[in-house]
Amino acid sequence: MSKKISSVVGAPIEGRSPARMAWERIKTDRTAKISAFTIGIFVTLALTAPIFTWILHTSPDQFHPETLDPTFGTNPLGKFGGISSEHWFGVEPRTGRDVFLRFAYGARTSLSIALSATALATVIGVLVGLISGFYGGKIDLVLSRTMEIILAFPSILFALAVTPVFENVLEGWGVPTGNTTRIPVMIIVLSMFGWPYIARIVRGQVISIREKEFVEAARSIGATRTHLVFKEILPNLWAPILVTVALNIPTMITAEAALTFLGAGVIDPTSDWGAMLLASVPFYSVDPTYTFIPGFGLFLLVLAFNLLGDSVRDALDPRSSR
Amino acid sequence: MLKYTLRRIVSGTLVLGIVSAIVFAIFYILPSDPARLACGKSCTPELVARIQVALELDQSLPIQYGRFIKGIFVGRTYLENTDAARECGAPCLGYSYQTDLPVTQLLVDRLPATLSIAIGASILWLLIGLSSGIVSALRRGTWIDRTSQGFALAAASLQIYFVGLILQFIFVDKLAWLPMPGYTSPFDYPLDWAKQMVLPWVTLAFLLSAIYSRLTRSGMIETMGEDFVRTARAKGLSSRDINLKHVLRAAMTPIVTVFGLDLGSLLGGAVITEYVFNIPGLGKLSTEAVTNLDLPVVTGTVLFAAFFIITANIIVDLLYSALDPKVRLT
Repeated sequence: MSKKISSVVGAPIEGRSPARMAWERIKTDRTAKISAFTIGIFVTLALTAPIFTWILHTSPDQFHPETLDPTFGTNPLGKFGGISSEHWFGVEPRTGRDVFLRFAYGARTSLSIALSATALATVIGVLVGLISGFYGGKIDLVLSRTMEIILAFPSILFALAVTPVFENVLEGWGVPTGNTTRIPVMIIVLSMFGWPYIARIVRGQVISIREKEFVEAARSIGATRTHLVFKEILPNLWAPILVTVALNIPTMITAEAALTFLGAGVIDPTSDWGAMLLASVPFYSVDPTYTFIPGFGLFLLVLAFNLLGDSVRDALDPRSSR
Repeated sequence: MLKYTLRRIVSGTLVLGIVSAIVFAIFYILPSDPARLACGKSCTPELVARIQVALELDQSLPIQYGRFIKGIFVGRTYLENTDAARECGAPCLGYSYQTDLPVTQLLVDRLPATLSIAIGASILWLLIGLSSGIVSALRRGTWIDRTSQGFALAAASLQIYFVGLILQFIFVDKLAWLPMPGYTSPFDYPLDWAKQMVLPWVTLAFLLSAIYSRLTRSGMIETMGEDFVRTARAKGLSSRDINLKHVLRAAMTPIVTVFGLDLGSLLGGAVITEYVFNIPGLGKLSTEAVTNLDLPVVTGTVLFAAFFIITANIIVDLLYSALDPKVRLT
């Protein structure tokens, strides 16, 4: 008997891991490729923003009063919010700051806050979910109730309301005011409301895996609890965790922009998409381009992440065919 | 069933109690000086002192929280045994610093605008979401399905503030088909009320119906493969009866859950919608209160919203058993 099983045609059948199969499925998925490409463009734009400062000979904070209508000094000269070869996306009303640079730097702020919040929420969610699911009993009861209570909070409203309080506390510790406190506060608030969703999913998975034979086997040869949780159970959870993370990023981007739009986020002069939309509100009827650019950017990025998330889920779970 | 209902109400009240304690702790204990925080930028020491007394911040924390809870259930008297004594009937949530009005009255005044948005928008999004989801599921794989699901995915990635501003630009500023959104009482001027509400309704419904469309479609498709549907078909039921009475009903369970939670959180204040369209509802009240750091109003709106979310949760759980015969509550 040969060790390698041969197929009818003769070529040996390779063993493929689930990860490899998922990767191969995603590689043939056109939607996944297009959305990954779109996300790539936004990430590149965010990373290379300083290069454009050099190309355009201006900074995102520099005022250009000469680009504004001299009568009132507010509206940009020219069509579509003053789009020109110098100012690719036009200029900001009232200040004349370059919208393209503010957009690129805004992508930086939005993405870094959203990704940090997702990372923090994932770490907390996975840890709590593992502990809650593995230990069960009283620990599980306390942790599950905590999640329930957090989910009962009106999240946007509460996030909006705690921001000044957290800022006040940080100031009390001697942290300078402004964005140095605003950005960490936003990351904390966003992850505070994000982790229970992840924890719930992980907890459910752990409960179903906990009693499987391989865990039992490891336990019987004297594996420690830490080993069981991190070496036996956790490696089996990467698929649901990955899907949750992929679908969590767009939610965080949206929430970050919403918080900033409502005035509890990043403040001027630091650029941010939510802040750009907020700044565009008084001018939306005279300069709709300025509203459209950050809004459409946000839409494209969130859509790309949503599509990619769906593709990742379909690739990892072939039963969930759309 | 009655036992379950009672137990859910008790546990819901408990959660609300814990939420109130957390809210109280965050706004009254965490800040180094709540009175100073509430006083804002143009603050004088006298004003701080006045707020401190009015908030009874000179009392110990358990007493403060005890009075806060007592106020909600039986009412309380501020500055008892002084000339400035002030009766505050149950449910008392304190007085606004900005307007000096009772918070409860502010909440009641702002509720109709939020109710108008929530009810109108939810009817619209259910209609659009369910019908497009049903059509998509029945015509799976056809161009109708692909177009409507493509739309749904795009709409689910849009932001209320972006779509709201764009629609307002088109229909109010350019075409002048609609007046500026706002709120007038539907009992005095029903036509004006409806006209001013159209944009908030459409914007909210447009974005939210996407989720319902996707949920309806996937739920129905999943149910269509189940054994009881095959049995129903074998019994000789018409496909119309099967789809509406069996498939749709089973697919409704997750939709009812999501709908209850969406409606519950919307009733606590359609924060972003009200902010964009400048509608004087609960959401607008809370954003104003946060900007002015009007702590009693902030705590009041947060608690009120939490109350709606928890109530919605309980109702959803109870509806579960009515809709899904597989769920039996004990």
